[in-house]
Amino acid sequence: MIISVASGKGGTGKTTVSTNLALSIAKAQFFDCDVEEPNANIFLKADLKEHENVLVSIPKIDEDICDHCGKCSEFCVYNALAVVPSKVLVFPELCHSCGGCELVCPKDAISWNKRVIGKIEHGQAEDIDFYHGLLNVGEMQAVPVIKALKRKVDKSKTVIIDVPPGTSCPVIESISGSDFCILVTEPTPFGLHDLKLAVEVVRHLQIPFGVIINRDGIGDDVVELYCKNEYIPILLKIPESKKIAHLYSKGIALVNGSQEWHEKFGLVIKRIQEEVSA
Amino acid sequence: MKQLCVISGKGGTGKTSITAAFASLVKNAVLADCDVDAADLHLILKPDIKKTIDFHGLNIADIDKGICIDCKKCYESCKFDAIDEEINIIKESCEGCSVCEYVCPVDAIKMKERDSGFAYISNTRFGPMAHAMLKTAEEASGKLVTVVRNNAKILAEEKKKDMVIIDGPPGIGCPVIASITGVDMVLIVTEPSLSAIHDLERIIDVANHFDIPALVCINKYDVNKNNTKKIENFCKMNTIDVVGKIPYDTVVTEAMVHEKSVIEFSENDLADSIICMWDKIKEKLDV
Repeated sequence: MIISVASGKGGTGKTTVSTNLALSIAKAQFFDCDVEEPNANIFLKADLKEHENVLVSIPKIDEDICDHCGKCSEFCVYNALAVVPSKVLVFPELCHSCGGCELVCPKDAISWNKRVIGKIEHGQAEDIDFYHGLLNVGEMQAVPVIKALKRKVDKSKTVIIDVPPGTSCPVIESISGSDFCILVTEPTPFGLHDLKLAVEVVRHLQIPFGVIINRDGIGDDVVELYCKNEYIPILLKIPESKKIAHLYSKGIALVNGSQEWHEKFGLVIKRIQEEVSA
Repeated sequence: MKQLCVISGKGGTGKTSITAAFASLVKNAVLADCDVDAADLHLILKPDIKKTIDFHGLNIADIDKGICIDCKKCYESCKFDAIDEEINIIKESCEGCSVCEYVCPVDAIKMKERDSGFAYISNTRFGPMAHAMLKTAEEASGKLVTVVRNNAKILAEEKKKDMVIIDGPPGIGCPVIASITGVDMVLIVTEPSLSAIHDLERIIDVANHFDIPALVCINKYDVNKNNTKKIENFCKMNTIDVVGKIPYDTVVTEAMVHEKSVIEFSENDLADSIICMWDKIKEKLDV
């Protein structure tokens, strides 16, 4: 079973929820897909022993064969190639590796080089099989790193996916294929607005979902009213508390040393299992 | 004309609340919301939309099944797994490269414009605003950010504004790079948590990579004073000024619930700390 934890708005508590869930079940597999800013390992503290570079292909122009006809740059919708009278300029960060330039080149002057855009790391955090990805600074495209991570998914395990904020490509890539999605929000106007966007995404992808309200007690009751009207189950409420914020600031998971939170997150998992198998 | 972008790396550190506060302090500026994925600034600024512009992101392939001979060349050529074996386009995966259109021997595939969202030009009680909305499950948020940036620039020229204040997206990838390219300064809003510190280090690297001067603001600095000290030391080592330390205060959420900026809503210590920070930023930006 694959459970993804998403939010729309950043900083609502995705990592808090996903790491505590993983710590509440036996032998979970965990993926931090927020490859732009991965934080889960601050809480899970896996011993990262293995790493693998994430490579993408970029065109290599054989200048001896190329006659600077300009067909490749004309075809490239990403503006990753520019042809000047004596040279073809390649802009690696803009290239999506679609292969179009090679296809259209009448001289067969294009081959491919590999380029590193990030890496994935793997290790054990007690019985959790932990993976995260890191996009290199200055790189634009998170999706290939997320794809590389998701190739490691073992469907026979309970898989928890920590999703990046937002609603566009990296989010879709992280969530798709999940059996259930938890949307974490806070009870504020910003929280509600971005929750609605996230709900549109999971409905679009036809993935069953429920909501966890974090920092319960701040703001107003608009999120609860919205969930009630839309028949969206509220799986858990985590209260606003300086103590919880302080634990978080030090990188300590909520379930560590708290039987009460262990049971609460255990119940969330149980409820999701029932929903998915129903 | 000077451009300031408010970013954070980690989401939810208070970018939008701080941008809205600046909006109510600044005298002659255009406001821009570049978090096109999950835009929230309009919830406080309540823009009166004057102009809506259709946004077409990348194109999308469209197959005419009446012409298709099922040769599967498109399926074999697509690098994005956006065509399945039954030759259906998977909309969420298509990146609009048009390789399928090129390889199709019977011209059954045409690339179509994709309705990806809208860009808006608006008025607010604090001045003109450029913003946008990306439709569900659409790509090319970086491209839409560039549209918003251009609209803001044009507005500033037309209305003779001397500044653009940009509310940026979280992360370090494509929409962030599009938001900060060519700005005069970034303000990085962080928090004294280990997660935020980790993200701060990465976003400073991004600012350095693109050679953009950075300032730091520590929001909710009193939640963990040890970590605040760590951030201050880290910034000192990297010769980055910490221009503001904002206390934890529920007034931020209360102001949001009332659809007001914290400056409009309250005259307490928190408002003072933001005013003081704004003065320092103006000095650094020389406006």
